[in-house]
Amino acid sequence: MEPIKTFSSRVVLLPIDNIDTDQIIPARFLKVTDKNGLGEALFADWRYGADGAPRQDFVLNHPASVGSQILFAGDNFGCGSSREHAPWSLVAFGFRAVISTYFADIFRNNALKNGLIPVVVEPEVRHALQARLESDPATELTVDLESQTLTLPDGEKVSFPIDPFARQCLLDGVDQLGFLLGESDAIQVYESSRPARVKTTA
Amino acid sequence: MPNEQGPRTLFQKIWDDHAVRAETQQTPAVLYIDLHLVHEVTSPQAFTELRQRGLKVRRPEHTLATMDHSTPTTPRRKGMIPVNDSLAAAQLKQLEVNCADFGVPLFALGDDEQGIVHIIGPEQGLTQPGMTIVCGDSHTSTHGAFGAIALGIGTSEVAHVLATQCLIQNRPKTMEIRVDGELKPGVTAKDIILAIIAKIGTGGGTGYVIEYTGEAIRALSMEARMTICNMSIEAGARAGLIAPDETTIEYIAGRPYAPKGAAWDAAVEAWRQLPSDEGATYDATVTLDASSLGPMITYGTNPGMGMQIDGLVPDPADLHDPNHRAALEKSLRYMEIEPGKPLLGTPIDVVFLGSCTNSRISDLRAAAEALRGRKVAPGVRMMVVPGSQLVKVQAEKEGLREIFEAAGAEWREAGCSMCIAMNGDQLDPGQYAVSTSNRNFEGRQGRGGRTFLASPLTAVAAAIHGRVSDARELSYAGVKNDDAFTDN
Repeated sequence: MEPIKTFSSRVVLLPIDNIDTDQIIPARFLKVTDKNGLGEALFADWRYGADGAPRQDFVLNHPASVGSQILFAGDNFGCGSSREHAPWSLVAFGFRAVISTYFADIFRNNALKNGLIPVVVEPEVRHALQARLESDPATELTVDLESQTLTLPDGEKVSFPIDPFARQCLLDGVDQLGFLLGESDAIQVYESSRPARVKTTA
Repeated sequence: MPNEQGPRTLFQKIWDDHAVRAETQQTPAVLYIDLHLVHEVTSPQAFTELRQRGLKVRRPEHTLATMDHSTPTTPRRKGMIPVNDSLAAAQLKQLEVNCADFGVPLFALGDDEQGIVHIIGPEQGLTQPGMTIVCGDSHTSTHGAFGAIALGIGTSEVAHVLATQCLIQNRPKTMEIRVDGELKPGVTAKDIILAIIAKIGTGGGTGYVIEYTGEAIRALSMEARMTICNMSIEAGARAGLIAPDETTIEYIAGRPYAPKGAAWDAAVEAWRQLPSDEGATYDATVTLDASSLGPMITYGTNPGMGMQIDGLVPDPADLHDPNHRAALEKSLRYMEIEPGKPLLGTPIDVVFLGSCTNSRISDLRAAAEALRGRKVAPGVRMMVVPGSQLVKVQAEKEGLREIFEAAGAEWREAGCSMCIAMNGDQLDPGQYAVSTSNRNFEGRQGRGGRTFLASPLTAVAAAIHGRVSDARELSYAGVKNDDAFTDN
């Protein structure tokens, strides 16, 4: 995984509350055994008509959305199903951060494992930011993971919280499995200290 | 029993017991996982990760796989599995290969024990109090009904647990939801949880593990408790738990993977220590009076958009927050439901009785009892999908299949079916369904399909009348018996 530092981008505005992972990627696209092609399925039911043609009234199909790395969403982004296909499809489309007032727990965990930064802002900041993005869609924001800040073009900075461990993994470009594998001695000690609760094998 | 930390909650006791490493300022806790359940949809990329890194499954004997999400529910028999969808077939084949390569036991399509992953864990006696359980599925919260920490995880975490039998976790906050009072006839566990989600919202439990307490919860059967814990995730909670008691112990006794002999006695003794200590505190508390509840139904496109069945659909004009107003407007537009009007009497096309929320034998019994001697309304399709093959066999033994089929309902093979609509079972665009499942998201049951979530009794009432109907108006022996819906 590439280390993540700072990036700047225009923002795709999708200020809808409770966007669930079934909207981010409908279940019929989960019949895969790899991660290929999921960017095409992102927001499929909002993005394409029943005939498969892109819907011009959906923001992701606007020319200005091409190349955007930041998605701005309503409250409680990523609720519902635990499918990691949701962050995979967002990343495959090109997103590197999502801004919301809060994220569903499983989605946030999944996003952090895939280099997608959940940027949590206070409701007042969200309202102000939304108004600004609506009046000037070309506004570029800068996300700095190291300093945990979101910077507006006029230099105004908003800080955001992030799990310190996940942040360090992203800054170093290492994944969390490596950390767990490094704990194998402690796991061994734990296992030998107590009997197994259940055995699934005959 | 209080220890040096003072009184602890059920959650804290299990957490402490599984901490290979405690949480620090800079690193999350490393939690040991007692049981890892695996299915075909969220595991293939995790096994690929293991192969790429040359890793083994650390504890295949704490792991169990089944096939449920992408599987058809059309008739099947051993050795003849009708999977017409080539992508689904490849995914199922991949699970077989992965389980064989890594030594993971598998209940495959066609096996007697196959079923929805959250049905078979409890059914086999694998789900036990005091355990940590994970699965790459958000409805893993179901298993919390036994007093276990049961977490839905993503595919990266599936790889973590396969490789290390451990999960990295920050300790969540705790929320007590106390439900006192007694349920009225025709009101069920499903109505309790829909009322809770309507009260706290789809994000109300975010960051929390919920413990359900109170006399109304104690009075529920294990299967009804599973319905409650199952939908904890729909309130955004990390997990839902109910303290084990005699009901729990009685349910587990004698199941295939339950402890036997002296091990059973020791296990029961340990389970009795698990309930939250007197004086243990929670980060938040919510209370609900069961006796005030009626049957619930959802009107919108998330499970928090629910109301009593005889209520009026909320009007966006009454909401002050512009985002909330926009969200409700968007939902009602999708649902093509009028604000300020009752939902009762709305014509429906499909009734779906199934899913990890409501497909256990007690759900089928309650539904069959209400449907006995009646007919599904003309033009309505009713699908009955048992949660596991063992539930199916049991229901057939009890004559429930005949009742459903005589009424004109379809009797299917076990699987997730129309709850996730990635297996051939789905709504057509524009259709309305009353479903006993857990999600009414846009398109969840098929693109353009519209879902009203409700209890099995409300589903049967809708099937009989072809319209959204009040189950309390069905007159039959069951509704006169106060116990029929709380303890069967």
